[in-house]
Amino acid sequence: MKKFNILKGIPANLPMINIDTDMIIPKQFLKTIKRTGLGKNLFFEMRYNENGKIIKEFVLNNEPYKNSPILLAGKNFGCGSSREHAPWALLDFGIKCIISSSFADIFYNNCFKNGMLPITLEEKKIEEIAQYSERKENIEINLAEQEIIFGNKRIKFEIDSFKKNCLLNGLDDIAMSLEKIEKISSYEDDLVKNKPWIN
Amino acid sequence: MPQTLYDKIWKDHIVHQQNDGTTLLYVDRHLIHEVTSPQAFESLRLSNRKVRKPNLTLAVADHNVPTSNRSKGIVDVESKLQIETLEKNCKEFKIKIFDMNDKRQGIVHIIGPEQGFTQPGTVIVCGDSHTATHGAFGSLAFGIGTSEVEHVLATQTLIQKKSKNLLINITGSLSTGVTSKDVILQTIGKIGTAGGTGMVIEYAGSVIENLNIEQRMTICNMSIEAGARAGLIAPDEKTFQYLKNKPMSPKKENWEKALMYWSKLKSDPDAKFDQKVIIKGEDISPMVTWGTSPQDVVSVDGIVPDPKNEKDESKKASMNRSLDYMGLKANTKITDIKVDRIFIGSCTNGRIGDLRDAAKIVKGKKIASHISAMVVPGSGLVKQQAEEEGIDKIFKESGFDWREPGCSMCLAMNSDKLNPLERCASTSNRNFEGRQGRGGRTHLLSPAMAAAAAINGHLTDVRKFQ
Repeated sequence: MKKFNILKGIPANLPMINIDTDMIIPKQFLKTIKRTGLGKNLFFEMRYNENGKIIKEFVLNNEPYKNSPILLAGKNFGCGSSREHAPWALLDFGIKCIISSSFADIFYNNCFKNGMLPITLEEKKIEEIAQYSERKENIEINLAEQEIIFGNKRIKFEIDSFKKNCLLNGLDDIAMSLEKIEKISSYEDDLVKNKPWIN
Repeated sequence: MPQTLYDKIWKDHIVHQQNDGTTLLYVDRHLIHEVTSPQAFESLRLSNRKVRKPNLTLAVADHNVPTSNRSKGIVDVESKLQIETLEKNCKEFKIKIFDMNDKRQGIVHIIGPEQGFTQPGTVIVCGDSHTATHGAFGSLAFGIGTSEVEHVLATQTLIQKKSKNLLINITGSLSTGVTSKDVILQTIGKIGTAGGTGMVIEYAGSVIENLNIEQRMTICNMSIEAGARAGLIAPDEKTFQYLKNKPMSPKKENWEKALMYWSKLKSDPDAKFDQKVIIKGEDISPMVTWGTSPQDVVSVDGIVPDPKNEKDESKKASMNRSLDYMGLKANTKITDIKVDRIFIGSCTNGRIGDLRDAAKIVKGKKIASHISAMVVPGSGLVKQQAEEEGIDKIFKESGFDWREPGCSMCLAMNSDKLNPLERCASTSNRNFEGRQGRGGRTHLLSPAMAAAAAINGHLTDVRKFQ
């Protein structure tokens, strides 16, 4: 997994609430057996009309937001299905950080597995950052310091220390869990004794 | 210290816990399907890792399978590849699979319980958000992403942090014509689509106790629509009777041992819940969604809400967007909404009891002339059972299409989908924009309500249906 530390860029603003995973990547693109190549279909139905033409009004269809590495969105982002295709599509498009006042659980977890940072922030603070999006000015995310830097301001954000460490160091979850293989084996031995019907 | 049912299951599955609470949790049961597993197997192969416990994983293709005639195989090239990839992966890693021609094939959340693979007190995961369905057996069941599917395959564990406890108590009893689908729709309407975020819901109360296991599954199934990590119900005698003699249920002395363990699975009387919600059963009426989020619910005898009455600006904008997408005007009577399509099926309402409920309504009647209606049984065994009872004939004579099992138009990954602007009364779980097909408009409701809408051609109060 790629390490995440400092990210700079002009944020794109999509101030809708309850952006669900069907909006992020519709089902017809879930037939792939790969993780890559989903970016062109990110927010498909908002980005393209029925004839496949680009919808100009949509934020990610315009410069400089086409290249935004940071997305600002309304509350309950990523609700709906467990499809990891949602963070894959965002990442493939170039978005590595999403800032919202709340996230759906599964989507939130899926982000970290792909080296992406979802940041939960109060709505008022997001509105403040949105002004930078409007003015097309850079902001900076510093994960180590847990700070978002814009203009002369620095604001803190909260993040689980374990998840932070994994992102900063690009750690592989499975490798870490396999280091505890003896503990897993011992749990399984007890399972055979205590709950023999499980196996 | 008194514990909740969730506390107990959690504690019993801890392999290792760090000081910060990060826990390696053992997984007893893993279900996989064709859409969220190929990348997991591919990564396993690339990193030269094995499947730790192949016998604890069960596979089935459901999202992509055709529900019409299967004798010619799958026409769609991508779907075909995805399903063949699942079969190939299962063969290589020695995982049990019900292939498309197996009569046990069906929606992953229908076949788990049907086979007795789903059991009380277990941790069950699947790369699908409706995994909470299995919580109806008193198991901790939740949806995971593909990276986590890979993690489970390689280690039979997951890295997790404990969620909070939310108790939803449904008191009293339900009125005639009100089903478990209405209970969960009303609940989501009350707590909101993010109301359960970061929490595990335990459903309790006399209404829940009086439901049968299938009806409880409908409730737990939609916990994710309230944002919850999982939803569960304490197992009882009904649960044990349901599981007895199922193909994968414990047998002989193991059954006795399991029963002893299962009987203890309930929240202690003084257990502490972080939050409690009480809903009176008598206050629940048949529900329908009007918008594009499962929280957009209204009683069938109500009207489409007016955004003008909403003070919160972002909610108002969201309501306006929903009404525009749904092609609805504020203050329209719900029963005046004409529908074009009917979908009865899905992991929410594709079990035999659901089909019986709907068949009772349509028996001896024809669907409205402009309606196109389909029934998609949740599994091959549900289909077989229905055919033995003559339920297929009731539907066919009424004008319904009788299909092969699969997820079908719940998410419209196969060719079962709405055309733009078509309006559907659907027993599924999501009414998101484009969920059942681009531009398609979905009204979520119970099987009986969907059946009544099929006959009348518009949304109908099943309590007044003759």
